[in-house]
Amino acid sequence: MTVGLTHIIVVSTVLFFIGMYGLFTRRNMITMLMSIELMLNSVNINFVAFNKYLYPDKMDGIFFSIFIIAIAAAEAAVAIAIIINLYRTHKSIDVDDVTDLKQ
Amino acid sequence: MKAVDIIFYCIAIFVLTTGVLAVTTRKIFRSAIWLLFCLMGVAALYFWMNANFIAAIQIAVYVGGIVVLIIFSIFLTQQSGNQMPKPNFLRIIVASITSLIGLGLMLQLFAKQTFKTTNKNFDIDIATLGKQLLSTDANGYALPFEVISILLLAAMVGCIVIAMKPKTQL
Repeated sequence: MTVGLTHIIVVSTVLFFIGMYGLFTRRNMITMLMSIELMLNSVNINFVAFNKYLYPDKMDGIFFSIFIIAIAAAEAAVAIAIIINLYRTHKSIDVDDVTDLKQ
Repeated sequence: MKAVDIIFYCIAIFVLTTGVLAVTTRKIFRSAIWLLFCLMGVAALYFWMNANFIAAIQIAVYVGGIVVLIIFSIFLTQQSGNQMPKPNFLRIIVASITSLIGLGLMLQLFAKQTFKTTNKNFDIDIATLGKQLLSTDANGYALPFEVISILLLAAMVGCIVIAMKPKTQL
């Protein structure tokens, strides 16, 4: 059986749910951010795969992947700024310890 | 089975194994390194799909940018040798059941769905990609490009403002 579109989207779906499992079980903000990165990556795989197998003469999936990667970079930078600020005020980045917005 | 298929299965197993390790290992630094390998595996998958430009962006932005940023923030906030506390048992059970139900639903959908795939060659010329990205006609992506650039600028300013030390605490 040759590898086709279905194989790739199965891989990306499994990757998405691995990220979701991590987001549910982890309580540390940095590791939760890592899980979100996994989920965003699985979406990118889908965009490129659908572009390759359904519309190989167009490039819109590629563009959407580029924009998602740019947004993910911005999101990671803002999240890490928030995490470092949180560590400065609360001395912890565990979401269970952080229950108030200011110290 | 052809060599292309074997390479795909190797990449898929690599990506999924390192992904599982990234979300389950209890040392945070190891988790970041597993994430790095997982993202490199995804880049390999893009190379396999003949999307070289996206693979290059994936390596440059994710592997070279975001993972390094995550590792720096681990060094700034954690004792990276320590083990994280174990998540409680109930939460693991609930999270696994939720993920498995979602996965089962999606896989069942994919089993029913047939896609009208074409066997045309998928070959991106980076010059045409750049021209379409910056063109202003009906198929161009100039406006989203500008919006993203403003978003990146706003995120950068926001990061500096959020992470800046307040003057009174100096």
